[in-house]
Amino acid sequence: MEAKEDLLVVDRLKTQFFTYGGVVEALDEVSFEIEKGEIFGLVGESGCGKSVTATSILGLVSKPGRVISGRILLDGEDLLRKSEREMNSIRGSRIAMIFQDPTSSLNPLFRIGYQVAEPYIHHQRRAKRKALSDATGILAKTGLPDADEKARNYPHELSGGMRQRAMIAMSLTCEPDLLIADEPTTNLDVTIGRQILDLVKDLQREFGASVLWITHDMAVVAQMCDRVGVMYAGSIVEKTDVRTLFRNAKHPYTERLLRAIPSAATSSDRLEEIPGSVPRLIHPPTGCRFHPRCDYAAPVCSETKPLEREVDPGHWVACHRFSGPKDGT
Amino acid sequence: MKLGNYILRRAAMLVPVLLGVLVLIFVIAYVIPADPARAWAGQRAREEQVQALEERYHLNDPIHVQVYTYLKNVILHFDLGVSPTTGRPVRDDLKAFFPATFELALCAFVLAIALGIPLGVVSALRRNRPADHFSRIVALTGVSTPLFWLALILQFVFYFKLGWLPAMGRSTIDITRYTGFVLVDSVLNWNWTAFGDAAIHMILPAATLAFYSMGYLVRITRGSMLEVLEAEYVVTAKAKGLPRRVVIYRHALKNAIIPPLTVLGVEFGWLLGGTVLLETIFAWPGMGRYAAGSIVMVDLPAVVGYTLIVALVMLLSNLVVDILYSVIDPRIRVGGKGR
Ligand SMILES: Nc1ncnc2c1ncn2[C@@H]1O[C@H](COP(=O)(O)OP(=O)(O)O)[C@@H](O)[C@H]1O
Ligand code: SF4
Ligand SMILES: [Mg+2]
Repeated sequence: MEAKEDLLVVDRLKTQFFTYGGVVEALDEVSFEIEKGEIFGLVGESGCGKSVTATSILGLVSKPGRVISGRILLDGEDLLRKSEREMNSIRGSRIAMIFQDPTSSLNPLFRIGYQVAEPYIHHQRRAKRKALSDATGILAKTGLPDADEKARNYPHELSGGMRQRAMIAMSLTCEPDLLIADEPTTNLDVTIGRQILDLVKDLQREFGASVLWITHDMAVVAQMCDRVGVMYAGSIVEKTDVRTLFRNAKHPYTERLLRAIPSAATSSDRLEEIPGSVPRLIHPPTGCRFHPRCDYAAPVCSETKPLEREVDPGHWVACHRFSGPKDGT
Repeated sequence: MKLGNYILRRAAMLVPVLLGVLVLIFVIAYVIPADPARAWAGQRAREEQVQALEERYHLNDPIHVQVYTYLKNVILHFDLGVSPTTGRPVRDDLKAFFPATFELALCAFVLAIALGIPLGVVSALRRNRPADHFSRIVALTGVSTPLFWLALILQFVFYFKLGWLPAMGRSTIDITRYTGFVLVDSVLNWNWTAFGDAAIHMILPAATLAFYSMGYLVRITRGSMLEVLEAEYVVTAKAKGLPRRVVIYRHALKNAIIPPLTVLGVEFGWLLGGTVLLETIFAWPGMGRYAAGSIVMVDLPAVVGYTLIVALVMLLSNLVVDILYSVIDPRIRVGGKGR
């Protein structure tokens, strides 16, 4: 029943960086799936491997890094077995990405309209003039005022919020099946950030795309997502629908995250008030990677890595406290 | 138009800069502790002769009076004075020698760019592979080999040993002069033998002169390209699924070309200055060799005139570079400030 509904299946994905200081075990068997039309949230502290998950899916892991093992199925086809050429025809067309910082993610030397039009030109072979006018059209769709004029501007002539709208327009040009949004509101002020959230949600409904929404902000998760994976130090420790996450979180780390949410949902403060620090991933803690910071840590926790268990239907937890009777898988 | 305004503003700024440079050159040249009049008159000259020269060239006037007179002559009559060693107006000498030097520097400049920038790009794209090691060795050799030594080695190999290329002079065929640029004049004469002759004379001196600049450009281009390849907008371009050639030669290269471009203006000035030594070695009948001779003779009007021309060319080449820069980078046109 699984393959029918799922657009993306990430299965035991392992990505490592081979640095001079040692091997960084950035992703340690990450598994999750995104259904068609669903917004799946990936949440966790900075450095836990969210962006690496995104770049692994796109086949763009940065230099000393490599996907070691696992499968990434898009509509049943394993992206890790595709050639660079095949991946290039998928990127920007079936999978598109919005980045955290629209300022450094737009090329400063090209006009906005041209940058938005590029996927039309290269994926859909539209003539340049047609592509440029279509780009203006999709820019207008993202609520950019005076899209006609803005298309002729350079990135430095736009505000941060407008640049992010342009990035969103760019990502939607080829009506992707999967949109990956890597903390697209982190560098924007709160009001603008909220507008961007609404915009993505509206456009997602209109285009029917699935979304992998990456954030470190639980308040954003509550507002945006259908289901969530909570990530810690390269692993997904808990995975469930948003309702359950906020009412009945099981994993000790998720509990901590929820407690660290700023009082009202007004602030976008980081979650760094959790005691202890994110472990280095060159020599990660043995067993459960959370054990040095966990209030419930038992001797077994530092010895064996807890496997994911389905504690309730659709609710998965990787913690020795929940590895009891419901074992069957 | 914004770009037009920018260019006008930059050009207007040239005037005060040039005036400042002029004063500076003059003052520096005339306060050096030498006894120019004695040098001009010769070792065995009598005291009256030396004094007469001092009188004639106003060497005993207070410095500000000298500066004033000089500036007045330069600005009103473009008169750079008379060379005490050649006895001719400095302006005429420079006019005669300038084309040979400019032609040489320009050939070296084109050579340095045509080799340096592509090598730098290839080096970055093939990082830590044989092509990279090769161009890094070339670059390092370029920036660390003394000009005169390289000149002598090349002359030894290509002239003395192999006999492939001439080592001295600018041409051996007489043609009608229109512009003073041999390569241009031989084309205007429709004389291809003369053109080939001039070109073959150009190779060794231009290659020698270009070598340093080329090495420098390889290093700057390589570094800048490596940095740009890591930039987030390049990741964006890849994430859009653009073909590799578009990612590299459009998105990355256009950004990476800016740092090497910005040094080109100064680099051209260096090439022009580098001819002082080079023209002496290659018996190149240009302004550099003229300057070398003038320096030895403490021929102040000639030295100041020469320096002025070099400074002028340097300022102009910087202006051209700034304009190119502003054409490529729209952020420059607003005058360094955002809107
Ligand atoms: N280019 C790289 N070289 C070495 N380590 C890297 C590199 N990129 C990411 N990492 C490591 O991978 C881990 C996850 O990083 P990332 O996915 O960027 O975290 P985040 O969840 O904040 O997006 C971090 O520990 C980081 O040190
Ligand atoms: S496995 Fe142990 S250390 Fe890890 S979260 Fe559960 S209780 Fe804490
Ligand atoms: Mg990140």
